Amino acid sequence: MIKPLFGVRAASLSLLILFSLTLGLQGFSMSAHAAVDTFEFATDEQQHRFRTMSDEFRCPMCQNTSLTGSNGGVAEDLRREIYLMIMDGKTDQEIEQFMYERYGDFVFYKPRLKLTTILLWFGPLLFFLVGGWLILGIVRRAKPQEREQVVLNEDEQERLRNLLDTVKDRD
Amino acid sequence: MSRFKLFIPVIVFVAFAVMLWRGLYLDPRTLPSVLIDKPLPEFSLQTVELGDRVVGKADLPDEPFLLNIWGSYCLPCLQENPILMAAAEENLVPIVGVNYKDKLNLAQLWLDDNGSPFEFSILDESGRLGIDLGVYGAPETFVVDGNGVIRYKHIGVIDYETWEDEIMPAIAAVKAESAK
Repeated sequence: MIKPLFGVRAASLSLLILFSLTLGLQGFSMSAHAAVDTFEFATDEQQHRFRTMSDEFRCPMCQNTSLTGSNGGVAEDLRREIYLMIMDGKTDQEIEQFMYERYGDFVFYKPRLKLTTILLWFGPLLFFLVGGWLILGIVRRAKPQEREQVVLNEDEQERLRNLLDTVKDRD
Repeated sequence: MSRFKLFIPVIVFVAFAVMLWRGLYLDPRTLPSVLIDKPLPEFSLQTVELGDRVVGKADLPDEPFLLNIWGSYCLPCLQENPILMAAAEENLVPIVGVNYKDKLNLAQLWLDDNGSPFEFSILDESGRLGIDLGVYGAPETFVVDGNGVIRYKHIGVIDYETWEDEIMPAIAAVKAESAK
């Protein structure tokens, strides 16, 4: 996760303080998360889901930042929307679908498996397999022709011996 | 035929290279909208101009129109305003605004200062309608047909070229289709 900038942290801390003051909460624990922590959850599980999801959705405006790390207007709105949906009892799938219907694959850091992503992810494997298959075919076709066994008669053997001897003498 | 086979790797390579080359020049900031050919979301919101009156989908034009997302804080909106003004003055196409994450008084001031090309501007102070429209920042402009279906989306400022090359053709296509 991208660490929030100091400004974000300071802003969220002051928001937290304001929030706890207005609600008269005592001993509100302060953590270093971005504006995220100003939401009140009924259960830890809801809070955990919220954190996971805002980490996994990508902010449409500040590209390459998750919803958690982004201070952009849209990210703020989408975090609020996710919070409301969680409190409304929506499942993770329903929330994902909500995001998908509005912002498409772009919002997912882990895009869904579909025709285009299959092509993107497994295309290289296809190329590898086709390439391997082609190479195999070429190698097979280029099988060396069996050479005829060369048989020397006595004269030829004599000449060969002489030749080898002259080479030896030269050394 | 087997001669042709020899060239298959080259052809595949060239096709790939052209595709990737083009990819280098795509703007990563313009996200393809998933809302193309989807109906506009339902809403009931107040407007900048009409006081307490609440408008909804039924109040939108029943002919092709532009839905322009804008805000008084948005500099590119100021930049494209003259083009939208000219289009409205020449009655080329009705334009409805969505005043996105803004304050009513600032929006009114902005319209007084710069002129309004809008039939009216829907007041989306919370940005909730923006989310339903898949908006991620002003300005964004939708071409909507007479049945309230989104047909085209332009992200970012509309300059004269975009108007001529993208927006007008998109409107013309929708109009031609509804004339059939």
